[in-house]
Order: sequence, then structure tokens, then C-alpha cells
Amino acid sequence: MSDPLIQVNNLSIGYTNRAGVTLPILRNIDLAFGKGETVGLVGESGCGKSTLALAMMGYLKSGLHVLEGESLFRHRNVFDMDDRALEDIRGGDLALIPQNAGQSLTPTSRIGQQINEAVMLHTSLAREQWRERTIELLTQVRLPQPATLLERYPHELSGGQQQRVAIAMALAGEPDVLLLDEPTTGLDVTTQAHILELLRDLAAETGTAMVYVSHDMGAIARVSDRIAVMYGGELVLEGPARRVLKQPAHPYARGLLMSIPRIKEAVMPASMPGQPPPPGGAGQGCAFVDRCPMAEQRCRDERPALVPTAVEELVRCHFHERIERLPPPEPPKRPSRPGLDDADIILSLDNVAISYAKPGIVDQILGRRPDVTPTVDNIDLTIRRGETIGLVGESGSGKSTILRAIAGLLPLRDGTITFDGVNSLNTSVDERAKDLLRRVQLIFQNPDASLNPRHTVAEILALPLRLYFGLNGDELHARSVSLLNQVRLRADYLERLPSQLSGGEKQRVAVARAFAAEPELVLCDEVTSALDVSVQAAVLDLLTQLQAYRGTTYLFVSHDLAVVRAFADRVAVLYQGRLCEIGPSPAVYRLPSHPYTEVLLGAVLEPDPDTKPTLAAEDTVDLFPPATGCPFQRRCPRRIGAICDTEIPPWQPTESGHAIRCHIPLNELHGAQEKASNAVAAK
Amino acid sequence: MTVTTNIEPVKPKSALARLLAVVLAMASRPSGLVGLVLVAFHIVLAIVSPAIAPYDFKELSAQLILNSPSAEHWFGTDNLGRDVFTRTMLGGRQAILVTTISTVLAITWGGLLGVLLGLVGGRLDEFLMRLVDAFLSLPWILVLLLIVVMIGFTPGVLILTLGFFYGIPVIRMARAATHDVVALDFVTAARARGESRFTIVRKELLPNVLDVLLVEGAMRWSWMLLAFSSLSFLGFGVTPPTPDWGLMISDARSFMSFAPWAALAPVVALSSLIIGINLSADALAKAIGIDRAQQAPV
Repeated sequence: MSDPLIQVNNLSIGYTNRAGVTLPILRNIDLAFGKGETVGLVGESGCGKSTLALAMMGYLKSGLHVLEGESLFRHRNVFDMDDRALEDIRGGDLALIPQNAGQSLTPTSRIGQQINEAVMLHTSLAREQWRERTIELLTQVRLPQPATLLERYPHELSGGQQQRVAIAMALAGEPDVLLLDEPTTGLDVTTQAHILELLRDLAAETGTAMVYVSHDMGAIARVSDRIAVMYGGELVLEGPARRVLKQPAHPYARGLLMSIPRIKEAVMPASMPGQPPPPGGAGQGCAFVDRCPMAEQRCRDERPALVPTAVEELVRCHFHERIERLPPPEPPKRPSRPGLDDADIILSLDNVAISYAKPGIVDQILGRRPDVTPTVDNIDLTIRRGETIGLVGESGSGKSTILRAIAGLLPLRDGTITFDGVNSLNTSVDERAKDLLRRVQLIFQNPDASLNPRHTVAEILALPLRLYFGLNGDELHARSVSLLNQVRLRADYLERLPSQLSGGEKQRVAVARAFAAEPELVLCDEVTSALDVSVQAAVLDLLTQLQAYRGTTYLFVSHDLAVVRAFADRVAVLYQGRLCEIGPSPAVYRLPSHPYTEVLLGAVLEPDPDTKPTLAAEDTVDLFPPATGCPFQRRCPRRIGAICDTEIPPWQPTESGHAIRCHIPLNELHGAQEKASNAVAAK
Repeated sequence: MTVTTNIEPVKPKSALARLLAVVLAMASRPSGLVGLVLVAFHIVLAIVSPAIAPYDFKELSAQLILNSPSAEHWFGTDNLGRDVFTRTMLGGRQAILVTTISTVLAITWGGLLGVLLGLVGGRLDEFLMRLVDAFLSLPWILVLLLIVVMIGFTPGVLILTLGFFYGIPVIRMARAATHDVVALDFVTAARARGESRFTIVRKELLPNVLDVLLVEGAMRWSWMLLAFSSLSFLGFGVTPPTPDWGLMISDARSFMSFAPWAALAPVVALSSLIIGINLSADALAKAIGIDRAQQAPV
């Protein structure tokens, strides 16, 4: 790296709060990279990674200011540039790809127009050449039929396609540096794998330097040459990707990597204790000291400097040479739950279909039902008491729809749901008896939305306790405290508002609220996907402990295959509202698999430089499920012919309790998949 | 496992402390401070004015007709020789009392109905909102006149009428604010738990739309003051000799060319109160906005 494109020197950025105290968001950042390099900036929410990436463009969110240091682009400090000079480099030399492409595209103008605008602003091409250049850009980001795409509006594209358009716009000015701020967060696993491969190829083709900001180690591992790990506004580790991923020299990076569930193992990862300091809240010592397994008094008193180690890396730790001797953290023990296979059936879904389509006024008068393909169809599922069943699938696969129907928030179109053998759950919430409501509880994905921001924790917990048990006064207080203890929160949390809690704590409160009802069945809707990985493991562990203690049954919806593998006893794979595969967790993650499961498993990204996702041909999900035949017919890489379009495939049992819904004979499917996986391994 | 945390245990503020914080935030902007001072001044004056008024408001004097301001009569005298200063001090009492009660009434019924409609939606909502549209298209001053003429002017009638009509736009605001909240998961969670509609409105929705209602209430208050004074001005409001700003402006209108003080004093009083309320409403909206931003991490 003889001539760095971007060089950040001792940069500190902070804000001044109302009390007049200046709090640093970024502290003494040093980072430099040159042409053709991809740097991954990784860290948990609030660590300052996006702030750093935006600072490289000379952009600071309102209220933030530079405390010291500089950020050079081609040896010029971006903070010394006037607006004119910044305008010149932004877009043309330094381009940003934001997190949510769907929101960054103008909904009212056509794709062609939007890219044209970027071409106009950032190139010196003549007007006649714009269209040609636009098509070239769309081809470069591997969008099919670019000429027809020009006339489309953003909402007509899928999330992955929108992200590709955003990338094309960023590439319009042939930038030297691309800043990517969580570009694949919120996309489906298969789409994410495609976008990451595209970015890798683009980096190789164009020699553009990239800064890839993400909380996802798997994505970072796939694209980065070097990885910079951030914690509490500091750079704690920076080095070659392989080294950082294989032998992390900083205890935080090590803990973070170990808390990520791996698809190849069915064990729950070890979580990191505690939580990161709030922005600007790191003390005088090491920012990580409260969570560090090897912290000593020196770490509290003295802030470590960023020092080089023997290999080409920088680490901010007093005792980094000791890290090799540190024993691996103990994975949480899964309490044994005997007699699971003979337990009675607590919930059974029989031929369930759910449709969002509402009959029009004519149909209503005539009492007709509209004949549209239902969103969710033909779901047969039984859950035993005390079991955890994972429901996996991409966005739009109907996972949450099924949960909401069980909770009585959506009406069924067909079929029956039976709870505990006798109680029908075909009724809506308003028609259910209070005790039945109590026995089935929901936990939501995002605790920011599922907790009322105006209620204290005490009020949040009091609502179900009052409703179901009529508790009041001292009894109510005692029960609330005991619930908080069960989710490992101190009693003084009762007086806090959700905005005073961290993400993990909020989700614990949401768990406590669900368990306040003493439920038998808990419906978990992506309960960990809004959380940081270091906290995710702890919440999963908490759910496991509660299950062991209370014998609760979980229906666990998630898009994260690794989490489901570690957490669920049985797994059901859902595609566009139809079940593809169901069985005990080990069997589902073993061959033979349904072709869709195969595609999903292939696209999973591991924080390991030696693995590589296998890409399916198509990553675009159709808006509506097909009316006849196999739901996966349009994207299936193993499609055998017309039968897939016309006939619903049969359930083919492979081993005890495991079945695959596919037309391909099992031995054929198994053979083909084994061959494919051997071919990948051989590479 | 012990939970360690870097966040200091923060006691949530009591309702009073929160109110104080909002008022302080309002006062921290010059426009908000001016607004608050004006409103406070008028309210205090309305309460204490009978005790401190220098003259009797209905004392007539043939010698003092339309005297210009002097040391004895600071704002001069009107066409019947009454002290304008005394009458201006007392002239806001009935207006402020009636409109304050009406505002509370309007916000309460409009807010509750709006929140309820926002929650239940469906055909009832559709029907009632069209009714709201119809009411909003009526010219309010004519409707008010009609009612006052038909039923007669008493403070009670006026409170109910103003409260009813000014509650209608509040329905719309409350419903829109509720729609933003109703889609959030905590409301879904309450529904899935089987909470009653009443509990959902009271516990989950109202606390989250209260901000909007407060600001809306302040705006409605200033509109109502104008409406009240307009009625008096047109001769359908407060009956003489009770002093009222609208009535005073109306009386003094004919002599404006040679005795402007008689009209000027009530005009300044009325407009300063309305400006004060508007500035306070503006500052309140901003203060509550700041309050929200403060809770965000950065």
C-alpha cells in the first residue's frame, strides 16, 4: 500500500450534549487503504462504524463535530474542503451505497431516469451516450434485460434488484472508493449471497477500493481483504481478513466470532456477558474492560494503544499476546428434556390455508369467495408439548402469517388449528376464552415496536398479570420482580422506560411479558433478528432455560438457518406459504434435502475465509405463489419438467419423522446433491 | 449470571417533573417564552382583575364620554364614559373561561372518538369520517349564529356548542395520530393478549397520541377565542353591560376615527392572547419533539 487513497489519522468525532459535555463517538481512529483493497468495518450497533464510513466522505450527522485528527482522501483532508470541493468528490470519486436501496431510490421516477441523473452528474459523457452508459451499468451489476428495466419504477423491482440499481448508480461516476453501509442487511440469504458475489467481482474488475460496513461477520468475511473491528467508538483490531477470522488477536473480536451460531454445528454458541458502552460512554480505561475475560486492573486504569503485532495487524489490547492461551468460552449447556417424543400433541395444524384477499363488494353481496391462490396453503404441522419447532423461510414465505393465524389475529380460509387436543383455535382473539388466550403467547421481532415507549417495565409486566390473574398491589410487584429475575434483570429495572434499556434488555422484558401469562405455547417471531449477535446467544439461552424450567413449547420462526439449527428440535421449511420439508433438525440439515432447502443452505454465509456460498441460478422471488404444481417450480435448480408445474409434489419420507415434498425420487435427489456437495468440497 | 450495565439506573420522571421539563424547554426559545408570558399574564389577570380593577365597569358618566387617555383613565373612556382600562382588564374573563372549558371538552370527546375510530377502522370509521367531512365543510360562524339565535346565549350553550364543533377537527387529528401507533407491535401484542378495546385505548394508544392532542388543543383554543369574540362582535354574544373584548370593539367601531383608544385596547388584548397561545402551541410542539429526540441514543 504505497499510496493510500483514504487515510484516517487519529480521528475523533463527538457531540456535545445538553449539559455541555463533549462525548466522543469515535476515538483516535487510524485506518488507511489503497486502490483495489476491500476493508470490512465490523462491529455491533452503536459502535460508530457508519459514522466512520460517512466521515470518510466528509459527512457528519447533525450535531457531530471533529474533535481531533483528519481524514484524507488523496492526501486532502475532507474536513478542510468547502462544499464545492466535497460535491466534486462525492459521487464521482467516493460513492455511497446505502443500507435500504428501496428507500434511497425515488419512487416516482423510472430506473432509467435515476441512473441517467447519476451519469449526468458524475461523467462528462454527451447526452446521446447516457442511455448506452446506463444499460452498460445495469449489465455490469448483472441485471437481466437492462433495456426493459429502464422503463420500470423502483417498486416493480425486488429488494435485490433495487440494491443492484443502487450499486449501478454508485458505479456511474467510476468512483475510486465505494462506501457500502450494510448493503445486504434486510435482504434474503439467497439474494445477499448474490449481491456479495457481485461486489467481489466488481472489486476485481474495476479495481475500486471498497469500505464494507456491516454487523454481519459472514458477509464481511466474504468480501473483505482486510477487516477492521470496532468497539465502543474505537478500532480494536485491524488486520488481514484470514488472520482476523481465524486467530482474532483481540478478546472482543474473539468473543464476537464465537457468539455466531455456525450452520455446521448444532450447538448454541457462547454469549458474551454484558453489553457495549453507550455511544460516547466508554471510560478512561479499555472500552471492553467490563466484558473482557482477561481484564486486569491495568485495563481499567490505562487505555491501551493500537499496537502492531508480529503479523501485519494492529490491535488495541494490553495483553493481546496472552489471547492464544485463553480457554474457549463454555458453550451454554442444553438442559436435557426427557420424554419429548412421547409427549402429547399440543398444537396441530390441519390443512391450514390463509388468504389476505378480501372479497370485493359484488362478491360480498353474492356471498362468494374470491378464487385467488391463498398466501399460505396446505399446512399440516403437529407440535408436541415441550418441543421447539423451527419454521424457516425467506421473507414473504408466510412464517409470520401462520403465527398470527394461530394467535387469532388473522382468519383462516381453510383447515383447522387445534390446541391441546380439544380447543379449536379457528376463532379470532375476540372469541377466545381468556384462559385459552393466556396459554398461547407471542413474542415479536423488534422490541422497540413491541414495547409501549410510554410504559415503564413495571406497567408492561402489570398488563398481562392484571388481565389473566387479576393481581394488584404487593402481589403484582412480587410477581413482576420474580419475572425480571427469571429473565436475569435486576428489580430496579421496573422503574425504567424502554428507551432506557439496551436492545437485549428490551427483548428480555418482552420475553418476561410473554411468560407473565404462564403460557404453554410461545410463538416466537424472529425474536433475535433485531439483536446484536453477542446478545442473541444470551436471549436464546434464556429461552432454553425457561423452557427447561417450565416445559414451554416454542414455535420459533426465523430466517436464520444457523440459529434454528442450534435452537430447534424439529424444523419445517416454508416456501411461499407451502411446506417443502419437515423433520428433526439433524435430518433437515443433512442430505437429501428439498431443492429449496439445498439452495438456502448453500447461500448461508459463514465467518470463515474457507467457505464459499453456492449460488442458485435465480434470486428473485415471485410476488405470488404459483396456482398449480410445486411452489418452488420457478426457481428450482433441479426442476425435472412439466410435472413440477402441474402437480403438487407428494411427501416422500426419508427417515423417521423426516419428509421432503418433491417429485424427484429420493435416491436420485440424494445422489445428485451428494455429487454437487463433493464438487464444492473438491474446489 | 449477574447483569452488569453501564447505564446508570434512571428513575423515570414523575408526571409533574415531565411537565416542568416541557415548560422549561418551551421557555428556552424566545418565541416560546413570549408566548408563555402572554398566556400566563392573561390568565392571571382574568383571575385577579375584579379585585384590582380601578373603577366600576358599568359606572356611566356623561362628563367623561370618549375622553382620551389620561392619568386617571389610562386607556381613556368609551362612548358611555366608562373606564376602558377597567373594561379591558375584565373583558377577557368570560371569553377565557368559556373557551378553556370548551377546549377541554373538544379535546376530550374529539380525542377519544378519534382514537377509537383509528383503532376499530372499518365501516363505522368510514361512515363517521364522511360525517366529519360534511361538518367541516359547513361555515362555522353561520352554524354558531344559528344555534345561538335559536337557543339563546348562555355560557352553557356556548361551551357545549363550541366544544362540539371544535371537537370535530380534533377527531381527524386524533385518528391520524392513532393510525401511526395502531400498526405498531405493542398494540398487536395487547390485542393478542385479549385486552379489551377500552384498555387498549386507555393504556396503549392515548399515552402515545397525547402530544398531538395537547398541541391540537392549544390551536383549537385560539380559534375558539376568535369565534367567541366574533359572536360578541356581531351582537350575538355577551350581553351588555358585561365587558367583553368583542363587544367593546364592536361598540367602539363607530368612533374609531376620533377615539381610537376605545377600540385599540381590546384589540391589543385579544390579539396578544391569541398570539401568545399560538406561540406557546408552536413551542410546545417543538419542546415535545425535542423530548423525543433526547431519548434517542444520539
